[in-house]
Amino acid sequence: MSIEAKLQEIKSGILKKIEEADNVNVINDIKVSVLGKKGELTQVLKSMKDLPPEERPVVGQMVNSVRAALEEKIAEKTKQISKLMLAEKMKRETIDVTLPGVRKMTGHRHPNQIALQDLERVFIGMGYEVVEGPEIEYDRYNFELLNIPANHPAKDEQDTFYITNDILLRTQTSSVQARIMEKGQLPIKVISPGRVFRSDEVDATHSPSFHQVEGLVVDKGITMADLKGTLDQFAKTFFGNNTKTKFRPHHFPFTEPSAEVDISCFKCGGKGCRFCKGSGWIEILGCGMVHPKVLSDCGIDPEVYSGFAFGIGLERVALLKYEIDDMRLLYENDIRFLQQF
Amino acid sequence: MNTPISWIKAYVPDLDVSAQEFTDKITLSGSHVEGYVKLDKNLEKIVVGKILKIEKHPDADKLIICQVDVGAETPIQIVTGAPNVKEGDLVPTVLDGGKVAGGHDGGPLPEDGIKIKKGKLRGVESFGMMCAIEELGSSRDFYPEAPENGIYVFPAESGVKPGDDAVKALGLDDVVVEYEITSNRVDCFSIIGMAREAAATFDKPFYPPQVEVKEESEEKTSDYISVEVQDSELCPRYCARVVKNIKLGPSPEWMRKRLASQGIRSINNLVDITNYVMEEYGQPMHAYDLSTVAGNKIVVKRAADGDVFTTLDGQERKLDRDVLMICDGEKEIGIAGIMGGENSMVTDTISTLLFEAACFDGTNIRLSSKRIGLRTDASAKFEKGLDPNLALEAINRACQLIEEMGCGEVLKGVVDVYPNPVMPKELPFEPEKMNSLLGTDIESEKMLYYFKNLGLEYNKEKNTLTIPTFRQDLNCMADLAEEVARFYGYDNIPTTLPKNTSTIGGKPYDKQIEDIVMGICEENGFSQGMCYSFESPKVFDKLLIPEASEYRNAIEISNPLGEDFSIMRTISLNGLLTSLATNFNRRNKNVRLYELGNVYIPKALPLTELPDEKMKLTLGMYGMDATHTKTPRVGVAAGPLPSVGGINKGDFFTLKGVVEEICYKLGFGKDCVYEPVQSHPFLHPGRQADIKKGNISVGVIGQLHPEAAENYDIKSEVYVAVLNMDALVMLSDFDIKYQGIAKYPGSTRDLSLVCDKSIFVGQIEAVIKKCGGKLLESYSLFDVYEGEQIEAGKKSVAYTMTFRAADRTLSDEEVNKVIDKILKELSKLGVEIRA
Repeated sequence: MSIEAKLQEIKSGILKKIEEADNVNVINDIKVSVLGKKGELTQVLKSMKDLPPEERPVVGQMVNSVRAALEEKIAEKTKQISKLMLAEKMKRETIDVTLPGVRKMTGHRHPNQIALQDLERVFIGMGYEVVEGPEIEYDRYNFELLNIPANHPAKDEQDTFYITNDILLRTQTSSVQARIMEKGQLPIKVISPGRVFRSDEVDATHSPSFHQVEGLVVDKGITMADLKGTLDQFAKTFFGNNTKTKFRPHHFPFTEPSAEVDISCFKCGGKGCRFCKGSGWIEILGCGMVHPKVLSDCGIDPEVYSGFAFGIGLERVALLKYEIDDMRLLYENDIRFLQQF
Repeated sequence: MNTPISWIKAYVPDLDVSAQEFTDKITLSGSHVEGYVKLDKNLEKIVVGKILKIEKHPDADKLIICQVDVGAETPIQIVTGAPNVKEGDLVPTVLDGGKVAGGHDGGPLPEDGIKIKKGKLRGVESFGMMCAIEELGSSRDFYPEAPENGIYVFPAESGVKPGDDAVKALGLDDVVVEYEITSNRVDCFSIIGMAREAAATFDKPFYPPQVEVKEESEEKTSDYISVEVQDSELCPRYCARVVKNIKLGPSPEWMRKRLASQGIRSINNLVDITNYVMEEYGQPMHAYDLSTVAGNKIVVKRAADGDVFTTLDGQERKLDRDVLMICDGEKEIGIAGIMGGENSMVTDTISTLLFEAACFDGTNIRLSSKRIGLRTDASAKFEKGLDPNLALEAINRACQLIEEMGCGEVLKGVVDVYPNPVMPKELPFEPEKMNSLLGTDIESEKMLYYFKNLGLEYNKEKNTLTIPTFRQDLNCMADLAEEVARFYGYDNIPTTLPKNTSTIGGKPYDKQIEDIVMGICEENGFSQGMCYSFESPKVFDKLLIPEASEYRNAIEISNPLGEDFSIMRTISLNGLLTSLATNFNRRNKNVRLYELGNVYIPKALPLTELPDEKMKLTLGMYGMDATHTKTPRVGVAAGPLPSVGGINKGDFFTLKGVVEEICYKLGFGKDCVYEPVQSHPFLHPGRQADIKKGNISVGVIGQLHPEAAENYDIKSEVYVAVLNMDALVMLSDFDIKYQGIAKYPGSTRDLSLVCDKSIFVGQIEAVIKKCGGKLLESYSLFDVYEGEQIEAGKKSVAYTMTFRAADRTLSDEEVNKVIDKILKELSKLGVEIRA
């Protein structure tokens, strides 16, 4: 048999074996058996020394071409097999992707705080500065400077907790109004959130301690139209763009004119439902133009400056927003309640 | 305040609106309507029926069969069990398909009423129902002529005939509107006041009663009574009139109906007139039997401290010198503005009446009535502060009614003590100012028109408005602007945003720090709670705080809701522990809560100035380490939790980790020390630490004392930390400067040490840090071991340390030198390398 024929025989035999191989080990064996030191092809090369020198390059070329063909085939087959093996491995590794994810246990913010932060964001965006005042307050700031003199019935109405004759637990964040105005840095554009206290027994709709957010703007040329526009903007940002506001005349000693503001019921959009007791409106806050006497008592000339103020009950907003039907839940801190926010 | 629309219409006859229109519009003009009741709710197809014939029911002893003329061609047959009707009676009759409001027992009214259909009663057909007053949704309180148990029968004088609308005939075709009147509008606590508002709101003419007393008697009031007011500050005005030959009797139906609509029962003509005028004008009056008034004299003066007086309800009242009294020539006969005395009470035998209409100081009445513990309809009106000019008008109105109703002879003249008459105020008319306050452009004429409707007269020459004395609330331009706004319509004021004010919004720094802290707490599984600022003084015992402790210097509320809410907290733990206890009691597992809230530290007690309000961050937890996942992991084993010192999981160190995280995020964690202490009585003595940076106290952390935990009924280890927000704010430092990332390799050494159990790793670490110098990049504790492998009373502590220099690769010798230095220093503490 000629060398050429022999090479062809080796080539076709090995190619067939490679084709039949089903794992990497078999391929490696084949590789050794043909290309290894004692491999068939190596043997052929070794036998070249018996050939006449002029034939050697030709045979050498033939051997190399067979070798290249085999190596190519081996590489191809190896790739094919490892692909198959990977596919099988991945098949074994299949998991139930519908199993629950691994989540870290995180805490939850109190609904009142969430409502407060939402509210603060709206007003900070409108250029308001957040300021605070003391919770234990002088009568002067809580009442007197707000046009609520000694023996004014409003003092009874608000059921004040007293510590001494002139020190009390503030009944309204409006106390901060007087403090800010007294400082005399104009213009003023602030909101003041905080805890207030009134002597109400605890029940589903009352708490002796709750929170308000007070707003105050004082500058030249501030009008009631500005008050309306500001609160209308607030309602739309906070409760949704379709929210309508309604201003009803009311009375507060420290504002004149005064108003209560209703917003269109966000549950039914104003058609009337159980939530808004059929009226289509929900009372949300009290407001008004700062009373000229309050301005002048705080050292601001009411002939030059005017201003508006508003007060929002935070719990009321939170209860409405999250449809919480019992105020006591806010102070119980049951984790099953808190986890919902 | 309630008004029936029919009574309003008596003074505003052109008012023609539905109940809904009325309430909507009057709310927007400032008289907030809380709700309204239609008296004819669910009353349908009810006519006057005349019973023509009554027969016995053949099969039922208690039933009768009536033929009733209901104004139709033929009478209808109605079977009833009512015992009180007879032939010829005129009764309210509901026809087939009609509706009544409720049952005859007067129980709660069903929302949709009760439908009446024809049917058979014991085999006999019945085509309707004759009604008791209760079935019409009312009661004998308002219709005293109705029988106690049975069908309402129209009195003969009512003049009704078969087929008439029975609802109308009974005056039930009315709507009672309930308002929330604000305290500044004293004038609106009266029918006339509300009628004036209604007239202005709907722009209809207003016709108040024309008061005129005929005084047909020849005698003069002043011959019968003299009045002396000793304290005219507490009693600015006192009007008295005398009525002779009193004839007591029932009031006419129209008056009874109007009183009924106000929830007032008719008593007799005299009492009814007093009540009627009080509702109509808002002016309370009092009637005395003149024969009981000694010396024909009234003296108004303060009581003496300790006086005891029996009011006409038979109760003894203790008085003091701030209570104003009405006296006669000898004795006290009434508490001014609150209640008359038993000794001058009007009885059925009265023949001469003394009428009092006075004005008392509102504040004094309010405070007196509070101290005495007696609040009456009269005191409720007086305490709002009445217009003194109302008194005369009201007493004359009452006497006019007495004359019209024929219940007595009114003597000539009024004894009127009114030393300082209140005159109408004049305010400048400033339309530009009002427009610029409101942001409107309302014409002056329009404003003047609103004012005219409200009874404010314009003086063109002086350009002023005359404010009637009943409008005590109108005192300045802003007050007048509100009147304009109310009737122009708040709705019609434009909406704009402030133009000049350009400001930069934002939060103060301490609030920003709070936001960061809240975020860290929540990332670590703590949920935010909200707790009360006041609590019980028993809290100190629960928290094992000794008698002499500073914590017990708490501010007391002088009028608390009860002991449980009586002191302002000086320590923040109780609220959170109470919440943890609530959760524990409800079997909630692994609970972690935090709270941001103030404690109140007095500078001196009793308070002479405001206390310090210190913001505290309080963290509390019980249960397993909660860093595990929310849902159980399936198929993946949870890694071991770091356990140090063999304390339970969900422990001190978990909480400490959160505190460390807070301090590191705020930029000062590196220098914080945890000093083992035993100074906090509410904490486990072996598991508590003060957290400090330098001299600044950051807070305290520890395990709640097991006895305290028991006091809260938490049967689990509880870990708490209280951080001082002012310290966190002060120490916070966000000035970060980039440090180059190491270019040269570090050298890592593990060091296994043995020491007495009593040595704190903090002591060891202080040495490592000090001796490690610049080359020590980091160190971390990776094992603490006590047990069999080691000598009793000792523990092993193992650290990994990394050394690195920024400019070269460290040689072994360099590192060894540092290690030797550390070991040498540690040996002074008795810490040796583990063999």
